[in-house]
Amino acid sequence: MSWFKRQSQDFDTSGERKVKTEGLWVKCDQCRQIIWKKDLEENLHVCPKCDKHFRIDARTRLAQLFDNGEYTMEDGNLSSTDPLKFTDLKPYAARLKAAQKQTGLKDAIINARGLILGKPVIISAMEYSFIGGSMGAVVGETITRAIEKATKERIPIIIISASGGARMMEGTISLMTLAKISAALARLDQAGMPFISVLTDPTTGGVTASFAMLGDLNIGEPGALIGFAGPRVIEQTIRQKLPEGFQRSEFLLEHGMLDAVVHRRDLKNYIARAFEFMAVRKQGA
Amino acid sequence: MTETGDPGQQSWRQLGILPAIEYWIATVQGFWAASAETNSYMEASGKAEQELEKIEQQIVQLESAAGDNQEAHRQLAMLQEQVANLRKQVTAAMGPWQRTELARHPQRPYMLDWVELMFTDWSELHGDRRFGDDPALVCGMAKFHGEDVLVIGHQKGRDVKQRVHRNFGQANPEGYRKAMRLMRLAEKFNRPIFTFVDTQGAYPGLGAEERGQAEAIAYNLREMAKLTVPVIVTVTGEGGSGGALAIAIGDRVLMLENSVYSVISPEGCASIMWRDSTKRELAAQALRITAPDMMEMGIIDAIVPEPPGGAHRDYQGAAAALDAVLQTNLAELKKLTVQQLLDGRYNKFRKMAQFFTEE
Ligand SMILES: [Zn+2]
Repeated sequence: MSWFKRQSQDFDTSGERKVKTEGLWVKCDQCRQIIWKKDLEENLHVCPKCDKHFRIDARTRLAQLFDNGEYTMEDGNLSSTDPLKFTDLKPYAARLKAAQKQTGLKDAIINARGLILGKPVIISAMEYSFIGGSMGAVVGETITRAIEKATKERIPIIIISASGGARMMEGTISLMTLAKISAALARLDQAGMPFISVLTDPTTGGVTASFAMLGDLNIGEPGALIGFAGPRVIEQTIRQKLPEGFQRSEFLLEHGMLDAVVHRRDLKNYIARAFEFMAVRKQGA
Repeated sequence: MTETGDPGQQSWRQLGILPAIEYWIATVQGFWAASAETNSYMEASGKAEQELEKIEQQIVQLESAAGDNQEAHRQLAMLQEQVANLRKQVTAAMGPWQRTELARHPQRPYMLDWVELMFTDWSELHGDRRFGDDPALVCGMAKFHGEDVLVIGHQKGRDVKQRVHRNFGQANPEGYRKAMRLMRLAEKFNRPIFTFVDTQGAYPGLGAEERGQAEAIAYNLREMAKLTVPVIVTVTGEGGSGGALAIAIGDRVLMLENSVYSVISPEGCASIMWRDSTKRELAAQALRITAPDMMEMGIIDAIVPEPPGGAHRDYQGAAAALDAVLQTNLAELKKLTVQQLLDGRYNKFRKMAQFFTEE
């Protein structure tokens, strides 16, 4: 289920294959349109021609959602101890170091606090470019802390997923983070506090099979790959090609797994509206 | 060897079979000791196991051939003990890949065997009331030492037909939803829950995705954390990732000595990380999936010892050991209040996976 993959092998759904010649231009994978980078940024990294939602990093995401792009980061000092001393073709410790250098983060997660249309919100956002957004001990602990704070301080929480699943290099420890986060969500749920899960491209494996599917509302970004098993694993198992659009947001919406598929430009207002709806607790909670 | 005047026993001894077997055992022992030094445990244990199996078959045949010859039986028992001791040595030094093979052994006791061995008054309960009944995940009412309990577990098939019927123990969403429905039933009537985990993973199929495999697992993870009755989990064979975890949130998590618990199969890990599925032994080593590994990492509460050579060699012995551990743990949990139970379960998983520094 934790189908973390080498990024080089990854079938590319991001549309971020850059046209090297200029550096100022990006080619959309979906419609082949050449887009001026600045235009793309102004359009929240959504193709102006075909609405393809490009992958964005966690900080860009947070800036898009919080009022004035302002937020404070928390719990950012946790760092993996490489508990298994895992080595495949390359030591995990080296992969960690490289990812830390590349992203400026300690692991594939940012906890942040800020305002959305004037109301305080906690967001835990996954960083896909950090080892495929995979979830090990640090991601598990960081998200759990965000949930516990939301429960204790009675602040609505959003978790934004972008992940290949559990982090294989932390073995069964990474599997246990699913249990840990889900238990924290049980308490949040019992406290009558709202949780919105935003599933972005891609959200698969253990992340989907835990918190990403447990939102009071599960919101998908258009065209995002969302699933339990990876498409290739499924194809190998059933020995047939998967249908077009399989495991995309729209497919999940159709099969009853998402409350809505929301365009990036509408996401903030949608969330604010939903939190407004969920602002009154049931009696006793 | 004692010599007696009985000509029957003499002639039996003179057949030369017993010394030959003794020599055979010594050879295996020598081979084992030698290869243990040359650092090739994994192959050595495999070979030694194979030989010991053959020797044991011989002994069993001779047992029946020996009739009422007491001396022959005595000698055979001694040989059997030598085999058992050697097997213990081999098992103790067994690598994680061999352990995986043992966990997957086609003769390993499965969920319904454990039910038969440790419970009475079994009656199966079917269906998730939404889509269907999943034969890969079996649930039912039973009595454990006279007490009403709910039993849940993955069921692999023994022969080809059963394996297909049971989908090799790989559950679909309806399996997990059935399990949750019945756990709620147990909660409603204050019955403890025993789960037995033995799956290579949740089924990665097209229908499973359409019907929300991820949601079914996720929901169980959250809801099991809320159950107000004791939940005792035993990993009996393969603890395969989310498909295992979806019935493995408990107040106690136990593992049989030769079971494994992993986020991905060694083959799967090998094909992704080494781009070569034959590197499964390396992957098994790197992933740290054995019961002692889980104990060390604080993921499980206890290891339940298996009979020499593995649970498949002695169902009764394996069940007796597990039964005793289950009884002790259930008795402990029944002393707790609901709040103590819930807090204990929360803290147990909350404290897991604390492998980070915080500067
Ligand atoms: Zn486009």
